[in-house]
Amino acid sequence: MKELLQVRDLKKSFKISAKQQKIQKTKEKVKVAVNHLTFTAYQGEVFGLLGSNGAGKTTTLRMMASLITPDEGDVLVDGTSVVKNPNEVRQKIGFLTSELKLEEFFTPNYLFDFFSELHGVDKGTAQKRKQELFDKFQISEFAEVKVGNLSTGMKQKVSLVVSIVHNPDIIIFDEPTNGLDVLTAKVVTDFLLELKSQGKTIVVSTHIFSLIEKICDRVGVIIDGTMVVCDTLEHMTEEKPLEEKFFDIYAERAGEPI
Amino acid sequence: MTSNMMTVIKKEFTRFFTDKRMVLTTLLMPGLMIYLLYSVMGEGLSSQLENGEFQAKVLVESLPDSIKAMEGQEVPLEFTEASGSQEWEEAKEALADGEGEYHLVACFPENFDELVASYEVSSGQPAPAVEIYYNSSDTKSQSVYTMVTQVLDSYESALANKFDINPGEEGYDLASEEDISAQVFSMMVPMLMMAFLFSGCMAVAPESIAGEKERGTIATLLVTPLKRSHLALGKILSLSVIAILSGLSSFLGTMLSLPKLMGGGEMLKADVYGVKEYGMLLLVILSTVLVIVSVVSIISAFAKNVKEATGWVTPIMIVSMLFGVTSMVESLCKTEPVWFLIPLYNSAQCMNAIFSLNMDVVNIAVTVAANLCYSAIGVVVLTKMFDSEKVMFSK
Repeated sequence: MKELLQVRDLKKSFKISAKQQKIQKTKEKVKVAVNHLTFTAYQGEVFGLLGSNGAGKTTTLRMMASLITPDEGDVLVDGTSVVKNPNEVRQKIGFLTSELKLEEFFTPNYLFDFFSELHGVDKGTAQKRKQELFDKFQISEFAEVKVGNLSTGMKQKVSLVVSIVHNPDIIIFDEPTNGLDVLTAKVVTDFLLELKSQGKTIVVSTHIFSLIEKICDRVGVIIDGTMVVCDTLEHMTEEKPLEEKFFDIYAERAGEPI
Repeated sequence: MTSNMMTVIKKEFTRFFTDKRMVLTTLLMPGLMIYLLYSVMGEGLSSQLENGEFQAKVLVESLPDSIKAMEGQEVPLEFTEASGSQEWEEAKEALADGEGEYHLVACFPENFDELVASYEVSSGQPAPAVEIYYNSSDTKSQSVYTMVTQVLDSYESALANKFDINPGEEGYDLASEEDISAQVFSMMVPMLMMAFLFSGCMAVAPESIAGEKERGTIATLLVTPLKRSHLALGKILSLSVIAILSGLSSFLGTMLSLPKLMGGGEMLKADVYGVKEYGMLLLVILSTVLVIVSVVSIISAFAKNVKEATGWVTPIMIVSMLFGVTSMVESLCKTEPVWFLIPLYNSAQCMNAIFSLNMDVVNIAVTVAANLCYSAIGVVVLTKMFDSEKVMFSK
């Protein structure tokens, strides 16, 4: 299988301000968020990054999406370096995270057209794709409603749709079902499965075990910025359910049972 | 990919021009409010100065014939002789209470005309005294007091008239109407324009950059293939157009109402300026706005939110207004081209020169070129900032 996404020895540190040092009760001036992380996502597979809050999942995804630059290491997206050619990488990927917001003043219709233009999608293709995605996510009837007036679930759907206007082959989603009601979460999960069936390469970060079990082919467990396990879902859940396995790994890492 | 810059510009315009509140508060209200404010202030001042609006009533004890003869001549004064001390005292009390029909009560010495005629200044004796009582808290009473003292001063001068200065009514001021208009506009408008242009920028730039950063919408743009330089240029150009429109709204309001505020009416006219002056003014305004928008945008990109951005920009706005004030101080008005390399000062000085009909094309060219250079530097800095994760994602 083609290695579409290669994360190589990725490292990222952040300075801790005096204020944060007080809050976190630490004297450390630097926090290593991601520590020499390496993994590969193959074409057509869904790779899940599993970890607790603050484990370094989001930082990893942000580096993969070229939103922040790694201190060390690199990410190759279909052979293109995130460090050397970030703009080319941005054309190849679709990225969705809760940090990325949509301007509430605009309508889904306007935003779809706007992001299509930025991605260089021609008008005809954009219109066709808009119709298709809006129908799938039941956005059509809210297409002319300002984003600020939409429900949280509908906003998330619009964000998701807008992030893939250019029909990318590589999709990076950070906590895609976080904060969604069960119905919207199901729509998103089903859509991820559909993308998978279309041969898209997807990297998903989450702490929801059921989502990983439902859609992922392989899983990487991140604890304190380090990849402690990276294996197929099938292999990881041979003996125990994923949740139990994760806590075993966590306890082993922490040196005490959870 | 230049089309991406156009996409950003279109988005900024859509955001602004489809928001009725923004259009109203940024484009329509400034011009309208300035026009109304200046017009009302001008009307108020004029009505206080104009004589013919009300009949000034003065109650006089021992009204001399010479004074009675002045009634209704040049000023609308109506003198009434008090029937006695009691009436005069009652009128005085009423005036003190801000009531009564008289605006003023005056007391002349008996045989005032004879006393004045026989009085010798060189005698060393006290001159005949006239007592005039008024209420300074009452605008009309105050005005009538000024009016009556002026009339009496004139009468006093006329009694010892040895020579006249400019006995004709007009023609002594050799300045043309154009010169007077140009002088007034060149004193006032540069400072006002600097403030208007800065206000226009402040109304849109912090919201567009610090606001997007605060709401997390700028990160959504940064994960697209949109080049940072196109984002910076797109933002600066679109914000400049909006700021110019806002500045022009205020400019129009000022030019139309300033003659009213100055009480000039017929005298002050904005049509003393031709196409050349307005063309040059537009060039200076365009380049100035680019500089201001660049500065405000950079500050907004540094700021964590709109509030912080506005707080940081305010002192710079005050500095720019101070530069505007330099046009009022002759010693601070330099003409050597090197001075026109100083941003904002150069704009105020160019506007001053244009409005006083003394524009120097070389200085205007230096100003425009320098401002364009500063704006280009601003675009580069803003691009770097959009590329900096520390700046864009600082919390």
